[in-house]
Amino acid sequence: MIHRILTVGLLAGLLAGIVVATLQHFVTTPLILQGEVYEAQQPAEPQEMAGMDDWKPADGLQRIAFTSIATIATAAGFALILLAGMLISGDEITVKTAFVWSLAAFVAAGLAPALGLAPELPGSAAGPLLERQLWWVGTAISTGVALWLFLRVESLTAKAVAVVLLAAPHLIGAPQPVSFESNAPAELAAHFAAASLTIQAALWILSGLAAGALWVRFNKGTQA
Amino acid sequence: MTAVAIPVVRGKSEALKAAFVALTLGATLVFLTGFSHIDKVHNAAHDTRHAMSFPCH
Repeated sequence: MIHRILTVGLLAGLLAGIVVATLQHFVTTPLILQGEVYEAQQPAEPQEMAGMDDWKPADGLQRIAFTSIATIATAAGFALILLAGMLISGDEITVKTAFVWSLAAFVAAGLAPALGLAPELPGSAAGPLLERQLWWVGTAISTGVALWLFLRVESLTAKAVAVVLLAAPHLIGAPQPVSFESNAPAELAAHFAAASLTIQAALWILSGLAAGALWVRFNKGTQA
Repeated sequence: MTAVAIPVVRGKSEALKAAFVALTLGATLVFLTGFSHIDKVHNAAHDTRHAMSFPCH
């Protein structure tokens, strides 16, 4: 079982990752490059200076390659998380179940955190990184658990707990910058926010669909 | 009855074990690409971190 879940997860990640990395090349990366032009014009924060001199992939093919590898690894991560969730819930893993799980995962890890922390174009003003990351992860987990309780547990208490978990991160509030200062035009930042949410949705959905389809195929293979 | 029940329980615990391994590896991969504070890893995954709406610098 472990062998099967890891094989399906990694293979699904490879397939979904290649497709989404291609999408990124045409959709989000050009906006990031434009954002970096504006970012270079503003004085850097000490926090940002820390990694500036460190190695980074050279623009062009090397940068595209590393971005693609990162997307494939993220897609494999998404596929494995979805497969784990379906197994823990005792769901039969099919393309349809995986699709529904991937939509819920996007609500939890895409839409809910974006309500407090808008997807950032490089150079956007933002609060301290670690605080934002903790709020982001907390919101994604809390929303995921809330959706599961709300949709899967037939008890009024569970539904009430779900509503509390759904609202809590937003009542606590996401860490915000002291002031909003960015040289990038608002239109560019808004376009990027919408584009990056679409890309995240595509990665969840394609990872889910690929994981569901491959799981069914592997199951047939072992039963035959 | 018992003969049927044991494989079911065994299958269930095996599924949970596999799910736990998958969850750990999946979360580690997402953490590595999206949340690592190691500068080289951040720089390599930079465009994906932004494209996935993960919090970045």
